[in-house]
Amino acid sequence: MTAGWSTLLPLIFMAVMGLALLAYVILDGYDLGVGLLLPLADDAHQDMMIASIGPFWDANETWLVLGVGVLLVAFPMAHGIVLQALYLPAALMLIGLILRGVAFDFRVKAPQQYKTFWNCAFFTGSLLASVSQGWMLGSYITGFDSHWLGLAFSLGIAATLPAAYVLLGAGWLIMKADGSLQELAVSSARRVLWPMGVALIAISAATPLVNPEVVAKWFNMPELFMLAPVPICCALAFFAIRHVLHNPRLVRAGYGWIVFAATVLIFVLAFLGLAYSIYPDIVIGRMTVWDAAVSTQALNVLFVGVVITLPAIVIYTIFMYRVFWGRATALSYGAFADHSAQAKEPP
Amino acid sequence: MDTLILSRMQFAANISFHILFPTITIALCWFLLFFRVRFMQTKNPAWDEAHYFWTKVFALTFALGVVSGIVMSFQFGTNWPGFMQKAGNIAGPLLGYEVLTAFFLEATFLGVMLYGRGRVSERVHLVATALVAFGTTLSAFWILALNSWMQTPAGYEIVQGKFYAKDWLAVLINPSFPYRLTHVLLASTLTTSFLMAGLSAWQLIKGSATNGSYKAMRCAIIAAAIAIPLQFLAGDAHGLNTREHQPAKIAAIEAIWHTEKGAALTLLGWPDETQGETLHGLKIPKLGSLILAHDPDAEIQGLDAFQRAHPPVAPVFWGFRVMVGVGSLMLLVAWTSAWSLWRRRGDVRALPRPLLYGLSAMSLSGWLATLAGWYVTEIGRQPFIVYGLVRTTEVATHIAPANVALTLTAYVLVYGLLLVTYVGVLKYMAENPVSHAPTAWPAQPDFAEVSP
Repeated sequence: MTAGWSTLLPLIFMAVMGLALLAYVILDGYDLGVGLLLPLADDAHQDMMIASIGPFWDANETWLVLGVGVLLVAFPMAHGIVLQALYLPAALMLIGLILRGVAFDFRVKAPQQYKTFWNCAFFTGSLLASVSQGWMLGSYITGFDSHWLGLAFSLGIAATLPAAYVLLGAGWLIMKADGSLQELAVSSARRVLWPMGVALIAISAATPLVNPEVVAKWFNMPELFMLAPVPICCALAFFAIRHVLHNPRLVRAGYGWIVFAATVLIFVLAFLGLAYSIYPDIVIGRMTVWDAAVSTQALNVLFVGVVITLPAIVIYTIFMYRVFWGRATALSYGAFADHSAQAKEPP
Repeated sequence: MDTLILSRMQFAANISFHILFPTITIALCWFLLFFRVRFMQTKNPAWDEAHYFWTKVFALTFALGVVSGIVMSFQFGTNWPGFMQKAGNIAGPLLGYEVLTAFFLEATFLGVMLYGRGRVSERVHLVATALVAFGTTLSAFWILALNSWMQTPAGYEIVQGKFYAKDWLAVLINPSFPYRLTHVLLASTLTTSFLMAGLSAWQLIKGSATNGSYKAMRCAIIAAAIAIPLQFLAGDAHGLNTREHQPAKIAAIEAIWHTEKGAALTLLGWPDETQGETLHGLKIPKLGSLILAHDPDAEIQGLDAFQRAHPPVAPVFWGFRVMVGVGSLMLLVAWTSAWSLWRRRGDVRALPRPLLYGLSAMSLSGWLATLAGWYVTEIGRQPFIVYGLVRTTEVATHIAPANVALTLTAYVLVYGLLLVTYVGVLKYMAENPVSHAPTAWPAQPDFAEVSP
């Protein structure tokens, strides 16, 4: 193995980890967003909202396992530092994800009188998970700074990420629902759009404050010029969302997907901006990807697996989305009208 | 209490809770595949009904397995950071392959398997079910390869305190792996069979049984009756393997304090580690050597041969007895049921009432035996995390004990709630199979291929 390859390999895994986490944030982001919108809907709408994410959530959540898994297996030194520093918010997130995940089944399988409880657990779980994820992200960017500025910054992201998830979830529902549920999604998205936009600008402005190294990376010629498309595209995406949300005609004409797509674009751009800011560190200011990586030999073994399986995962994920394409329908485990009633034999 | 013991308690709580659900889903998915195939062959709606009911159980169980599994992926790093730092070169790829080959496969096709009927052709649906079954089993393969490597490490070299793989095949097919994999897959088959037979028996007692329950119950009894003797054989072979590679674990299991020839078998007793003897022991001469080495005069190494490097005796001793005790009860109930069923020409409705109650009582017996077995093997590995090479104390976290105590309490509370709810919901679903069926599913004219 050449020295070049052993330098490149950790970067490849950093990219795989980053993309897995980005995929998680977008894919489970809409699940969590739908969960956050749950209390606004009535019973029939709640069933439909959950039906729209039911077939997907499990696979969506698996991207988190892959992201954290790559951190664990490719960068064990960093995994230890990051997750020990984020011990309590990570535990809180996990409890949130547990509550949300089991509520999918319990809310319809437990006796009817508990449905409200499990709907509440679904919402609470989604809220806990998204707030803790925001807090973890903020804390990570500040390098686990526990001064008031760092904490305020983390708190800001902890409040912003759920709002962004709500926008994603609403965008998802605009595509998957129609009628009054779609209207509910549009109005929720409208309400959360401006606070989220303002918060994003505030976070972008605050990032150099909490992490001075970022200033040098962004505010220099020619970097500033080269990077200008990132905020510009963000702004364009933002106003595209706003335009669609304020023109119900467009939604009815079938352009509702723009809300979801443009929100995803904002997530992708924010991710790229963040990746650029912290490269090549994996624990900001403390550890680079090369310091944290396991042996080249182990990464080679993993690399073979990634090259073979990741394309396969993408292909069958696309297949699954095609199967459940279009408006959501009520979920059922059977294709037929149920026959357990008439098939029951007299004892 | 210090961080180490709290971390161990937390890990034990998490993994004990987690294992309950994969133990069911691994085998249950193959049952579901069988029900589907039988339905497609016979067009008998009873098979479809069995499939429908147990798919609901599967969905519920799978969800609990997923959410508790995610916790595991975090805990390696939060509570045992040293483990991945020392053994990451070997454990990493094994865990990575589990995520890449198994987790995505099962999670993605689960959606199609659960909700895809009517959207995909029957054949595609069957393939999706088969892929989920394959994925769950593959997941067991990878995680047990890692677990077995920690028990009987092979194919490695240690350079500056870190493990490196020298021979991946030897790492993967390490000495205890084939035995452990067989033992666990059979445990899963038994756990699911007893759950299925038990819930169906409960439905018969409560009068909520359907034609699907009869089919499921018959399958479950037959599967249990076949799997249980195989499990005893697999367990015996695993025991011989353990004696060869982890003699300290065997000494603790049997509470053999001093190396001796023609060791007696202690059926029951109270192992007292401070005095180094078993109080009130009920012993059968020579039987220990006969079972452990298949030779009544064989020498068995005692705990005195492993100073400061043997597991705590009492939990391993008792865990083993609970496992074997439950296994024996399973043998009795499974064979009685099978014989009784054969006498009644396969009509489960004619089974005697006491037997139905017995089966119901045994619904969750697989959980008890599986947990007890895991305690034997995992506590039996102590004080090492990688047997003979790395001690558990070396890899523990430096998080403040108060934080671990806090999260441990939170997890235990949540898990307690979920466990009670899960069992309650199973009972409720068994008693009300009809009320949960879809009432207004639009009729599908034909099973179209993927519709755009």
